[in-house]
Amino acid sequence: MDSHQDSQAAPVLNKAVPVRHPGRWISAVIIIGALALFLQSLFTNPNFRWDVVGAYILDVKVVQGVVWTLVLTVASMILAIILAILLAFMRQSENPVFRWSSWTWVWFFRGTPVYTQLIFWGLIAVLYPKISAGVPFGPEMFSVDTSTVVTATVAAILGLGLNESAYLAEIFRAGLKSVDQGQMEAAEALGMGKTKIMWRIILPQAMRVIVPPTGNETIGMLKTTSLVLAVPFTLDLTFATNALANRTYLPVPLLIVAAIWYLIITSLLMVGQHFIEAYYGKGVDNRAPATVNPAAAKAAAAVAPSADAEPALKMDFPEEEAK
Amino acid sequence: MTVTTEKPLVQIEGLHKYYGQHHVLRGIDLNVNQGEVSVVIGPSGSGKSTMLRCVNLLETISAGRISVGGELIGYREVKGRLHDLKAKEIAAQRREIGMVFQRFNLFPHKTALQNIMEAPVQVKGQSKTVARKRALELLDRVGLADRSGHYPNQLSGGQQQRVAIARALAMDPELMLFDEPTSALDPELVGDVLNVMKDLAKSGMTMIVVTHEIGFAREVGDRLTFMDGGVVVESGDPREVLANPQHPRTKEFLSRVL
Repeated sequence: MDSHQDSQAAPVLNKAVPVRHPGRWISAVIIIGALALFLQSLFTNPNFRWDVVGAYILDVKVVQGVVWTLVLTVASMILAIILAILLAFMRQSENPVFRWSSWTWVWFFRGTPVYTQLIFWGLIAVLYPKISAGVPFGPEMFSVDTSTVVTATVAAILGLGLNESAYLAEIFRAGLKSVDQGQMEAAEALGMGKTKIMWRIILPQAMRVIVPPTGNETIGMLKTTSLVLAVPFTLDLTFATNALANRTYLPVPLLIVAAIWYLIITSLLMVGQHFIEAYYGKGVDNRAPATVNPAAAKAAAAVAPSADAEPALKMDFPEEEAK
Repeated sequence: MTVTTEKPLVQIEGLHKYYGQHHVLRGIDLNVNQGEVSVVIGPSGSGKSTMLRCVNLLETISAGRISVGGELIGYREVKGRLHDLKAKEIAAQRREIGMVFQRFNLFPHKTALQNIMEAPVQVKGQSKTVARKRALELLDRVGLADRSGHYPNQLSGGQQQRVAIARALAMDPELMLFDEPTSALDPELVGDVLNVMKDLAKSGMTMIVVTHEIGFAREVGDRLTFMDGGVVVESGDPREVLANPQHPRTKEFLSRVL
């Protein structure tokens, strides 16, 4: 560290005997042994019927089921995210009507089972045969049959999306609250309006906190789509593989087919989440290029004399790092 | 040194602030002329930051009036009655007043350049080309021309604060408020920020500076105000007040900080 040390000979590095960890070896033997037994059973147990798994994994009905499951997941998550942003903003609003409405919405949709809600949306045409717009107790502007608008697909997306919006609203609210109050003040002091502050300053920072649990919810949603038979919606992956299982009297291989597909989609979603997290982490999770390359930092300091060499930039504000 | 115009740019009259039962400001009167550097000192909890935050309505005004450039802040007076301004009108008033915070409050998800360009583009509707050119000029002025692409967490505290000053200047305010701009900085980084502020003062900017930097007050200040317990205890020429404080509380405070 000190200059007089540099002039001396290179120091002799310590060579200490590391602590031994016999527990690691024992646990590794046990776990690898158990894994080997399980893998062996996969190959030797004929009840798995891998030939049937192979025959059905790319079956038209199964692939269609995968596509429909993806459509339901993506569509209901988009609906849920739009509603959740709106609900979270309303919850923070100065308007008490907005705050109250948002709270009630979350209370209702989080407080009833998604299965019940899906059945309800399936039965909406029975409850309200016609959808009409008009003045309450006054003249009617137009009307349509509910069953033509709220098809099984629409009912499934509405049921899943509205239920999810209540959970996501809480995640978004927590995210918005996590942003330092000083950010709001700084933006206000610049004369920015409320909407712009929310969309350009607060929400992008909140996304760092919002994305991981939302990824979790999306994976949850992927599997919750298997409940849409309550609507009834009969094209999703679980229903498709169940139908094939009932026809062939071979439930196990078709459950494996479904599980493989769910795992593939989940893995893809996790990759997507990684990139979204990296995007919203910029400026916070990134490393400092100026300090990574000390030569460049020195050169930059030499170019601009007023920017005094300030070494160890990251050390100056440890509390900034912690945020 | 003081530029005297007909009417002060900032007029604070009988300003009171309550937080619930807590009476933080107890009748503050303060005038700041065009081009004047008004330095406010005082022990922590004396209300000096609160007073500053009232000027651009980060705090509501419990009683009294503040006007900037002859325009009442936060209210419209119609037939002797005060009416709250709408959010949009308040935002418009804030555009004329730059603010620099103790904790910088740079936008962490934007680079230094983007931080400075944000308000001119989003609020004033400047084109990105114009805003970028001006932002680079301002970065150069605060000595950070080579840091435009850095995110705040890649800058030292002193550099962040200088970017924050540039960000406020980008809106071409007629008044700059500094809320203890060097209090969160390591001692060796304070000088750079104070130099930028000195330059700004020399260029004729009207400034209200809440600070603990007595040296800055003596060197740059046109007026020094000492606050304690939510009131102005003493106010006058900085060199006179510092050399010869009249009030015992001022004497006591100065003996502790000098």
